[in-house]
Amino acid sequence: MNAIANSVANLRSNPKLYWVGVALIAISLLALPFVLAMVGTAWVRITNLAILFVLLSLGLNIVVGFAGLLDLGYIAFYAVGAYVYALLASPHFGLHLPWWMILPIGGFVACIFGILLGTPTLKLRGDYLAIVTLGFGEIIRIFLNNLSEPLNLTNGPKGLATIDPIRVFGHDLSSTTRIGDFAMQGPLKYYYLLLIILLVVIVINLRLQNSRIGRAWEAIREDELAARAMGINTTRMKLLAFAMGASFGGIAGGLFSSIQGFISPESFILNESVMVLAMVVLGGMGNIWGVILGAVLLSFVPEVLRYTAEPLQKMIFGKSIIDPEVIRMLLFGLAMVVMMLYRPAGILPSSVRRRELSRDE
Amino acid sequence: MTTPLLELKNLKIAYGGINAVKGISLTVNPGELTTLIGANGAGKTSTLKAIAGMVKTASGDVIYEGESITHQPSYTIARKRLSLVPEGRGVFPQLTVEENLAMGAYIRNDHAEIKTDVERIFAMFARLKERRAQTAGTLSGGEQQMLAIGRALMARPKLLLLDEPSMGLAPIMVQKILEVVREVAATGVTILLVEQNAKLALEVSSKGYVMDGGEITLADDAKALLTNPKVREAYLGEAA
Repeated sequence: MNAIANSVANLRSNPKLYWVGVALIAISLLALPFVLAMVGTAWVRITNLAILFVLLSLGLNIVVGFAGLLDLGYIAFYAVGAYVYALLASPHFGLHLPWWMILPIGGFVACIFGILLGTPTLKLRGDYLAIVTLGFGEIIRIFLNNLSEPLNLTNGPKGLATIDPIRVFGHDLSSTTRIGDFAMQGPLKYYYLLLIILLVVIVINLRLQNSRIGRAWEAIREDELAARAMGINTTRMKLLAFAMGASFGGIAGGLFSSIQGFISPESFILNESVMVLAMVVLGGMGNIWGVILGAVLLSFVPEVLRYTAEPLQKMIFGKSIIDPEVIRMLLFGLAMVVMMLYRPAGILPSSVRRRELSRDE
Repeated sequence: MTTPLLELKNLKIAYGGINAVKGISLTVNPGELTTLIGANGAGKTSTLKAIAGMVKTASGDVIYEGESITHQPSYTIARKRLSLVPEGRGVFPQLTVEENLAMGAYIRNDHAEIKTDVERIFAMFARLKERRAQTAGTLSGGEQQMLAIGRALMARPKLLLLDEPSMGLAPIMVQKILEVVREVAATGVTILLVEQNAKLALEVSSKGYVMDGGEITLADDAKALLTNPKVREAYLGEAA
């Protein structure tokens, strides 16, 4: 891994090579959905979901990685964003607002919920905070499940269906466009929209990390009392972390709603919160690139397994011996043990986190 | 008579009904090194924290530069160039020495001058310069204390509150740290020093207050306190 870091550093010092590298990555990202579409449109859909998880992980990384506040109910903000989108752009209330209005609204509402969660938990840290946030996530899910009576707000466990797709200048992103013999399907179009949003979010995150706000979060994570002595408004900074993390989650939720066209409380269970946290931790808390890598890995590996485990077993043994789901959990457990032993700070740890964990060695 | 930089008027602090500080008054004059000595649990740390806005005061007034800061939050007070070096040093253990110093200048925006100030601190503490890229957690106790003081100086304080800088240090390091405190005071920074090590604290200070059970029992010139029989008996471990 040091070799990679060194080669990246070498690239930085050589601007020509650096830009060639950037261009290569850009081209492969642009070409990716076409290659995937050749294998099957399902893979483009999987990639889109993976990008949503990258967005979520980056949002959670602000709370957990930057500010050091353990949040086990993060998926609640995703749910809030998703439901805001669904309620404002579906036949449920007969509202059909445009997406560029709803996504910010969803982000804003999620932000309010972030502050709602943050305010009473300001004095909590570590395990205690984790338990409260876990409860918060469950409360939101249970509310979504039950807010169908007396006023039918969320349609309960049945969920909300026929949610409007995103329309860019009147063009429906979920439709299929034919260009000669080639059919450009909906997921491909969504991919490019998601890619643009992802880029914006990454840039915001990179800027945040090196800003005064980022430094204040770092100080709070290290020593809250000392942070106060530095003149940092710790209350405001912690709330800001919750609010920003929540709004990113809310925006990701809105996108999820529009892509899926259907949502129900089942999509926002505790498991999802744990999954997003696992992505952040696996990749490397506090390191934006690590978090992205973690999210991509944990989104793709299960899907690859789903498509390869059975045929592979059939090929070798003539029948399916182990259920792919079992293999997934097996690999998950194995990965955890290996990570704890060899890379406890994540695959690509942030420089500070790496120090934190190597200090006792 | 000079107007004091800091003045406490009948300050009381209570933690859930228990009175930690029972109405104390003291003054810190600009340019002077004032010390507050006393045993464990006398209320010294609470007093400092109350000045810096980190604990709520029950009653009384904290006046800084002629203005009451009693009910102001810690971040507002820190912006008025009043810096606290917390008890137990409170350095950011996983940040490097340089990053710690940069954090000390959080309230400032003059990047060029922050850089020269870092070099100024390094000139003052050669040990820190040698370890500038090392994380604070790997420093010795004495070095961490120097870093904590250096970090507080990065805010260019008018008033520096030092909470037991000698705590947990080897005797030779205690001497060294108090020497540092004296040097800092010589640069014109006003200091309120809280110490358990009464003898050394009084030796470097110009004025002293003795605190016991949440009250100030003695106030005098530091030199006079050093020879005061009561102080000698109770805090300097000598027979009266």
